[in-house]
Amino acid sequence: MRLLGKLGLAAAACLLGAQIAAADTTVKWLHIEVNPVQVKLWEEVARAYEASHPGVKVEMQFLENEAYKAKLPTILQSKDRPNIIYSWAGGVLKTQIEAGVLDDITDQVKGYSDSLTPAALAAFTSNGRVYGLPTALSQVGFLCNKELMAKAKVDPAGIKSWDDLLAAVKTLKAAGVTPIVVGGADKWPLHFYWTHLAVRIGGKPAFDAALKGENGGFAGETFQKSGELFKQLVDLQPFQNGFLGFKNPQAVGYFGDGKAAMTLAISTVYHLQRALAADKTGLSEDKICWFDFPVVAGGKGAPTDTLGGITGWLITKGSPKEAVDFLKYFVSKDVQTRLAAGNFIIPVVQGADAGLNNSFMKLIAANLAKSNYHQNFYDQSLGPSVGRVVNDVAAEIAGGSMSPQDAAKAIEAAWKQGN
Amino acid sequence: MGVAGETAPQALRGPSWDGRFTVLILFLPPALLLFTLFVVLPIGEAAWYSAFNWNGFGKPTNWIGFDNYRFVLETRAFWLALRNNGLIIAVSLAIQLPLALTLALMLAERFRGAVALRMLFFMPYILAEIATGLIFSFVYDGDYGLVASIWRTFGAEPLHLLASTDTAMLAVLIVIVWKYFGFHMMLFIAALQGLDKSLIEAARIDGATRSQALRHVVIPLLYPTIRLSVFFAIVGSLQLFDLVMPLTRGGPADSSNTMVSFLYNNGISRMRVGYGSAIGVILFVICVTFAFTYKRWFMRDE
Repeated sequence: MRLLGKLGLAAAACLLGAQIAAADTTVKWLHIEVNPVQVKLWEEVARAYEASHPGVKVEMQFLENEAYKAKLPTILQSKDRPNIIYSWAGGVLKTQIEAGVLDDITDQVKGYSDSLTPAALAAFTSNGRVYGLPTALSQVGFLCNKELMAKAKVDPAGIKSWDDLLAAVKTLKAAGVTPIVVGGADKWPLHFYWTHLAVRIGGKPAFDAALKGENGGFAGETFQKSGELFKQLVDLQPFQNGFLGFKNPQAVGYFGDGKAAMTLAISTVYHLQRALAADKTGLSEDKICWFDFPVVAGGKGAPTDTLGGITGWLITKGSPKEAVDFLKYFVSKDVQTRLAAGNFIIPVVQGADAGLNNSFMKLIAANLAKSNYHQNFYDQSLGPSVGRVVNDVAAEIAGGSMSPQDAAKAIEAAWKQGN
Repeated sequence: MGVAGETAPQALRGPSWDGRFTVLILFLPPALLLFTLFVVLPIGEAAWYSAFNWNGFGKPTNWIGFDNYRFVLETRAFWLALRNNGLIIAVSLAIQLPLALTLALMLAERFRGAVALRMLFFMPYILAEIATGLIFSFVYDGDYGLVASIWRTFGAEPLHLLASTDTAMLAVLIVIVWKYFGFHMMLFIAALQGLDKSLIEAARIDGATRSQALRHVVIPLLYPTIRLSVFFAIVGSLQLFDLVMPLTRGGPADSSNTMVSFLYNNGISRMRVGYGSAIGVILFVICVTFAFTYKRWFMRDE
């Protein structure tokens, strides 16, 4: 009976809550975050906002990453769409803007937007109009296992060029260590190689030219060369056995278990590997090393150029003004500092990086600050249809079923079909 | 057939046209409405979308006629998916159904434990496809799975069946046979138990051996069920999707895609709704053509 009583009370409370909410504004916020610690922090932020803004209710909704991408077009065109949605910027954002499903929030964030890292804000700006706010930056680079590197007598600090990397792979193999682990079943972890090589070989000019269809577009020299160099690596068989069957979380866990010397990963993996390792503790921070993606001899890209993500939030068409207000609160110096202190993000609000208390995160923040060309992941920036072809061909080169030339041609063909 | 059988048609014959007309007025509109809403419209919509280069946002505007079909047919992965569907059909017909029939012949008789064995073989079919896929992705795992431990006892290198273009489809096929043979076995058992036993007894009295009775009496009597089983097996093979996704997602390098996983990977994940619709229409045409031809040729009397 006591249980029944409690249930009744709970039901009554729900009803009461629903009645209050019905009279107020609800901001629906759709996210894809799987890290429970970070979601809990967000939840706290939302409740704090509600407390200081009576009459506004912030409701969190969740969808898994792939499901989210698949359902987004339908969600955005429904009348009951969420007000704040997750975004990787890039080609998908461009399509959403063209389809008119997003709110232009330029005027609402005027003045405030000056506090954000310009490059991050630019990713959510189109034709001078702002459609969303960035929330985090990341960098792709090599994470390494100090013990295994030492076992094979490879100095991670000495890996500066592509040839150094190839040599390191050979040395590691000779020492009986699996050089690199990668989640090949998800394909996108493999595209980091191809894309980052392109960033090193051609730099920003090559990418911009390809977008305009100049120099042979994505079938041009830069992109063929990045496939060829990637093939050089693949031919050394650097990856763990069965890498095409590994999903990314599995691969990250494999690295956390200390079974491979290196992994080319997003900077967030530095912490994520601990949660995904078999023993849930993974590699402690003193056992991990990091080095930037090696440079390519004769490449036009600067060594400081970075590949990584720019993620943030968009406001959908017809949302209440409270949605933007909450978002500004969420991407404020105070909240960003808290998220940074938890090692969740490299913040985008200027000054919030003071919250970073971890030397690795500080290093990545410094790298991003130095970078004059931060390339968003190709699979995001080229939009879903072409981006996924990039992932496909990277996996095919790695699996040996496609030549670098055909790979570059396939991307160019997809680019022409998609436009 | 007695008195009732003869009076019923006469009663219908009475107000013949009027009666039928009332029935038509009463029952046709709802059926027609439902059929139009849930069958004709979606198919028509898919056909319409397949003529556009469209990503699912707003209204389709970029009319490209039959180009999507051309793009589909030019894609190597599409032909691979088609070949894989063919392989699944072949394996279903050549391995799965004979296996199911053999087991059914053994288990249709009443003996101790027959029911338990039947349930055991039927179990994989009860399991959800997605769960089956997940379970087998662990079984096949080259480092921790069952296959890995068997392999290790022989001292061989870890083998990742799902990670190689040579073995991924084979691994998927094994799961398909494992999962669906129980269903067909149950169909056959039901049919066997419904058979007129006196025909078999008569054959035996006439001197037919067990295998002769089986070949010339039992199997022919099972033909209607076998034809139905074949129909289910082929249509099911053409639609296979939810086993492939958790196992391989069609990879590596599209080597284990089926038509439907190919549709999903391209139409939904890549937001190429027009292209995906074209694949859907092609699959629809294949299925309908098959279903009608099969009905016409093999299931005429049923």
